[in-house]
Amino acid sequence: MTVDYAGEGSATAASRGWKLRLVRRDEALLALVFLPPALLLFTVFVALPILEAAQYSFFNWNGFGAPEKFVGLQNYVRLFTHGAFHTALANNGLIILASLLIQMPLALLVATMLADREPLTDTFRLIFFLPYVLAEVTAGLIWRFIYDGDYGVVAAMTGWLGLDPVYVLADRNFAIYAILLVIVWKYFGLHMILFIAGLQQIDRSLYEAARIDGAGGWTLFRTITLPLLAPTIRLSIFFSVVGALQLFDVIMPMTAGGPSDSTHTIVTYLYNFGIIRTRFGFGSAVGVVLFLICVIFAFGYKRTVMRND
Amino acid sequence: MTEEGRSPLHWPAPLRYAVLLMVGAFVLVPLVITVLGGFKALGELRVNPFGLPETWRWEVYWEILRGSRYWQMLGNSLVIALATVFLTVAFSAMAAFVFAQLRFFGSEFLLAYLTLGLMFPAATAVLPLFIKVRDLGLLNTHWAVILPQAAFGLAMSILLCRNFFKGLPAELKDAAFVDGCSYFGFFWHVVLPLSRPILATTGVIAFVHSWNAFLLPLVMLNSPELYPWPLGIMVYQGEYSTEWNRILAYITLTMLPATILFLLAQRYVVAGLTTGAVKG
Repeated sequence: MTVDYAGEGSATAASRGWKLRLVRRDEALLALVFLPPALLLFTVFVALPILEAAQYSFFNWNGFGAPEKFVGLQNYVRLFTHGAFHTALANNGLIILASLLIQMPLALLVATMLADREPLTDTFRLIFFLPYVLAEVTAGLIWRFIYDGDYGVVAAMTGWLGLDPVYVLADRNFAIYAILLVIVWKYFGLHMILFIAGLQQIDRSLYEAARIDGAGGWTLFRTITLPLLAPTIRLSIFFSVVGALQLFDVIMPMTAGGPSDSTHTIVTYLYNFGIIRTRFGFGSAVGVVLFLICVIFAFGYKRTVMRND
Repeated sequence: MTEEGRSPLHWPAPLRYAVLLMVGAFVLVPLVITVLGGFKALGELRVNPFGLPETWRWEVYWEILRGSRYWQMLGNSLVIALATVFLTVAFSAMAAFVFAQLRFFGSEFLLAYLTLGLMFPAATAVLPLFIKVRDLGLLNTHWAVILPQAAFGLAMSILLCRNFFKGLPAELKDAAFVDGCSYFGFFWHVVLPLSRPILATTGVIAFVHSWNAFLLPLVMLNSPELYPWPLGIMVYQGEYSTEWNRILAYITLTMLPATILFLLAQRYVVAGLTTGAVKG
């Protein structure tokens, strides 16, 4: 493109050669001035830390001095034999499952109701998207109040029913499910917006034609909406998984991973067992595992499922 | 086109409204309870979390608004967010311009390298980041949050800007160069003014992520006077643990700026947050 430009409007070969060199010097200057800020920032604060995480993960290190105590794969062995890490992985799986089985159908349902201009469409879209705009910490604190056994909504309900106080977030059997509900509340609006955008791409005359052929609502949904929405659904699944893998902020105000490590995700596990206990080698090993899960998923998903999108 | 032909599923109106109202209640009730809770006395909150307050007590709200703490937290968040936005948008627009205009040996590789940042969250590298920031002498300063945030925001921004720049008509460049513009002049006088929508979108992504960020400040800062509001509110919650009316008032007041921004700049916020969602 640039070479084409240099050639344009230059009549003779001589002037073309001259212009070509001029443009190239201009280009070199541009690249030398405009690229380094981004490259430097990215290298120092993204690329190097990831490589260093890989390095640190082979050491037993509390962060002071240089890492010297090489322990080979010991950090990884500890990690994969730690029950709390298994729970964290299972919780991440559970969050993905809830995203796909509860959040996505809910988002799709309301999206089909809000894809076209009808009365109150804008208002409902706005309301449903609002939790996504709020900070995760805010969402976590609000729901911590709702689940509070002494003051919150749960307290009021047990009070009306004359039951003993129930402390949902302090119960290791229920806490994670309570958190799943918060995640659906917080994120379904994002997926709704994605689905609305997808639905608006579908040619409405398809529905007209099918209706003339006598197809009912469910048939329309199954034969037109769903297949044509497939790329959006694949994208929504991608967002759900990536989002679930890095979930941290919502959990911290509610349970911080407790009670008895039953609500950890990979990142809260990393924070609790790596950062708080200043075990830099071990924490880096958790980071490396999370990194590998993210990268393998992202590459694999894009290569296979989203191949044609 | 008939009335029912417009909706992809032509829901009957009563069913549509029933579902929308139920989901709407699920979304709004927690928020309404929070806002109202700040107006109630603690004892009242305990027996009546849902209803309107018996008397509207403004004391807790005023107390927070009169204190310096709330404003300091918001100020810290604003400084961090604006610096993050500036670095992210400026550096990524510059890099994206090079990738949109030039093709040279290694340019594909450099672009792929920079967009690797899309693949993983900052949490993966948070411990080495802590060490790096400490070795640079930046620990417990706002830079400790700003620089890593900007670095992790680059990938998405560069991709969005590059796509937008590539979509600008090629004639613009020819005209600018005929008029004697250099690449820098073309970038500054032609490309940037035309790119306001995409710059606004990437700016909003960076701003909202920074405004709501919790993990990086939590790891990098330890002086409460430097805390952005998500950290500050957790400290506040820890101090007043069961005085939920205070905590709810505090939550309400911290929700306000983001909600107002959202209502004012809806279009960019929705565009920015939906495209930026890959990074959570």
